[in-house]
Amino acid sequence: MQPFTRHTGLVVPLDRPNVDTDAIIPKQYLKSVRRTGFGPNLFDDWRYLDPGEPGMDHGRRRENPDFVLNQPRYRGATILLARDNFGCGSSREHAVWALMDYGIRVVIAPSFADIFYNNSFKNGLLPVVLPAETVDRLFRAVGAREGYRLTVDLERQEVETPEGERLAFEIEPFRRHRLLQGLDDIALTLQHADEIRAYERRRMREAPWLFQDLLAAETGR
Amino acid sequence: MPAQTLYDKLWEAHVVREEPDGTALLYIDRHLVHEVTSPQAFEGLRLAGRRVWRPATALAVPDHNVPTTDRSRGIADPVSREQVETLERNVREFGITEFGMEDPRQGIVHVIGPEQGATLPGMTVVCGDSHTSTHGALGALAFGIGTSEVEHVLATQCLVQKKSRVMLVQVDGETPPWVTAKDIALAVIGAIGTAGGTGHAMEFAGAAIRALSVEGRMTLCNMSIEAGARAGMVGVDEKTIEYVRGRPFAPRGRLWEQAVAAWGDLHSDAGARFDRVVCLDAGDLEPQVTWGTSPEMVAPVSGRVPDPEAESDEVRARGMRRALEYMGLEPGTALADIAVDKVFIGSCTNSRIEDLRAAAAVVRGRRVAPNVRLAMVVPGSGLVKRQAEAEGLDRVFREAGFEWREPGCSMCLAMNADRLEPGERCASTSNRNFEGRQGQGGRTHLVSPAMAAAAAVAGHFVDVRELAEV
Ligand code: SF4
Repeated sequence: MQPFTRHTGLVVPLDRPNVDTDAIIPKQYLKSVRRTGFGPNLFDDWRYLDPGEPGMDHGRRRENPDFVLNQPRYRGATILLARDNFGCGSSREHAVWALMDYGIRVVIAPSFADIFYNNSFKNGLLPVVLPAETVDRLFRAVGAREGYRLTVDLERQEVETPEGERLAFEIEPFRRHRLLQGLDDIALTLQHADEIRAYERRRMREAPWLFQDLLAAETGR
Repeated sequence: MPAQTLYDKLWEAHVVREEPDGTALLYIDRHLVHEVTSPQAFEGLRLAGRRVWRPATALAVPDHNVPTTDRSRGIADPVSREQVETLERNVREFGITEFGMEDPRQGIVHVIGPEQGATLPGMTVVCGDSHTSTHGALGALAFGIGTSEVEHVLATQCLVQKKSRVMLVQVDGETPPWVTAKDIALAVIGAIGTAGGTGHAMEFAGAAIRALSVEGRMTLCNMSIEAGARAGMVGVDEKTIEYVRGRPFAPRGRLWEQAVAAWGDLHSDAGARFDRVVCLDAGDLEPQVTWGTSPEMVAPVSGRVPDPEAESDEVRARGMRRALEYMGLEPGTALADIAVDKVFIGSCTNSRIEDLRAAAAVVRGRRVAPNVRLAMVVPGSGLVKRQAEAEGLDRVFREAGFEWREPGCSMCLAMNADRLEPGERCASTSNRNFEGRQGQGGRTHLVSPAMAAAAAVAGHFVDVRELAEV
């Protein structure tokens, strides 16, 4: 996984609450069996005027000029400013892959849906929770000044504004550690393989019915 | 021992180890797998040269992409076909049980888990799918995960998790006739909002919940993710045990006795502490209909489309305006005056046998209204379909003008050929009314199966109780 330490980038404001993962990456693109290539279809229904299908040449489609990502001043943004409950709905990790593939490294919002929040950390996308009033203030600042950039420092757990303000954010220590180092979760867990086996032995005595083999049950035991 | 919640008990029984900050390695008993969220996970295993820790705990099924029409010619869309075939290759390579498209037991992953006894009380159940919360109806800890976590469970049988807070949704009183689990779910979401349960596991309790069948409890737990809660659950009672008894993968003989004895403890203790409690009286509830593009945008069927100008919160008002524009609705319109173009009865929320029975009871002897272009019933599994046919429900639907389809997710998310055209309005028993969910530009109104059936025969939304009485 890509580690995250500190990032400075242009901010794009997406001013709606409850942005769901269906909107972030519509279902027709979930048919892909890969993790990459979702960037051109990030927010597909909002971003283009014509209906999109996998396999199209998305560079030739008609963009919706009203959609914020398409406005020239926000091209190349790497920080997404959002409202409450960002990433709600489906568990599709494709939403995180699409944001990353587009170039987004940080999403700032007053709150995130749980699964999306979790998925972000597995891919090196940093979700930053700031109080609703602060986010509101940032929305106004971004709108007021073209080329508005923020710096997000995971080490210090701070967002730095161009005015020199430092906005502290919370993050669980274990998640922060893994993201800073870009650690592979599976490799970390497998370091505890003996403990997993010990748990299984104990559990097999306590709840043996949980250790029935589906395959064996299928074939008549 | 201090009083514990059901969630506490389920959590504690599955902790393998814990970090100082409370992050735990949680053991997973059942892993359900479908074709959309798993390919990248298997690919990850392959790239890292890893094997599956306990293949016997996983059960795979294709459901999102499968056609609901004649399957003898396979899947027409080559991209969908590749995804389903990829699943087949992966389960073969890694030794996982799969109910393939031709298997009579195939169906929506959240319908077949409980139906097969593959999900049991006291288990931790995960799937790369947010509606995994459904399985919590059996007194399990069940929640949706992303693809990286699917890979993690495959490789380690564990997940890295932090304990959630716990919310109690206490639903007392007696639910009026024709008011269903779906209506309770929508009313709860309407009351607390789609982010109301964020960071929480949600337990449903109270007289109205005990009165629900296990299938109804599944509908309720299914929708808890729509209230922001990753897991929903109901404590085990006699109904749970009776539901599980004799299912193909349920324990038998001495193991069954042992399991039932252990399951007796799977409820919150008296005096257990919850982080938040929400109370609702089921006696006050009416059938619900959503009017917007988020499940929290919901009202009783006797109600009207609300006016954004009356909303004091500016962000919310903007959301409402946008939703009404998308839905093509004017503030103040009576919900009963909204005509529908299509009706979809199906999805992991409402496609079990009781759902089909309820819908058929409304439809029997009536015809789908002429303005309804398509009314379809998509059973949740091959076995539900077979059962419904044995009861003659397929004939009731067909004679009324409904299409009777093969099992799958279908128009719940329109990944297969079943979808709404731009501007089409649908009465749907599914769980999400997001923009474009059932097809780009499609307009979804979430309702119960009986309400969807009523809308099909009336051609517009109507209180099912008006139809049921005549
Ligand atoms: S029926 Fe709908 S909500 Fe349920 S698993 Fe399928 S797509 Fe997801």
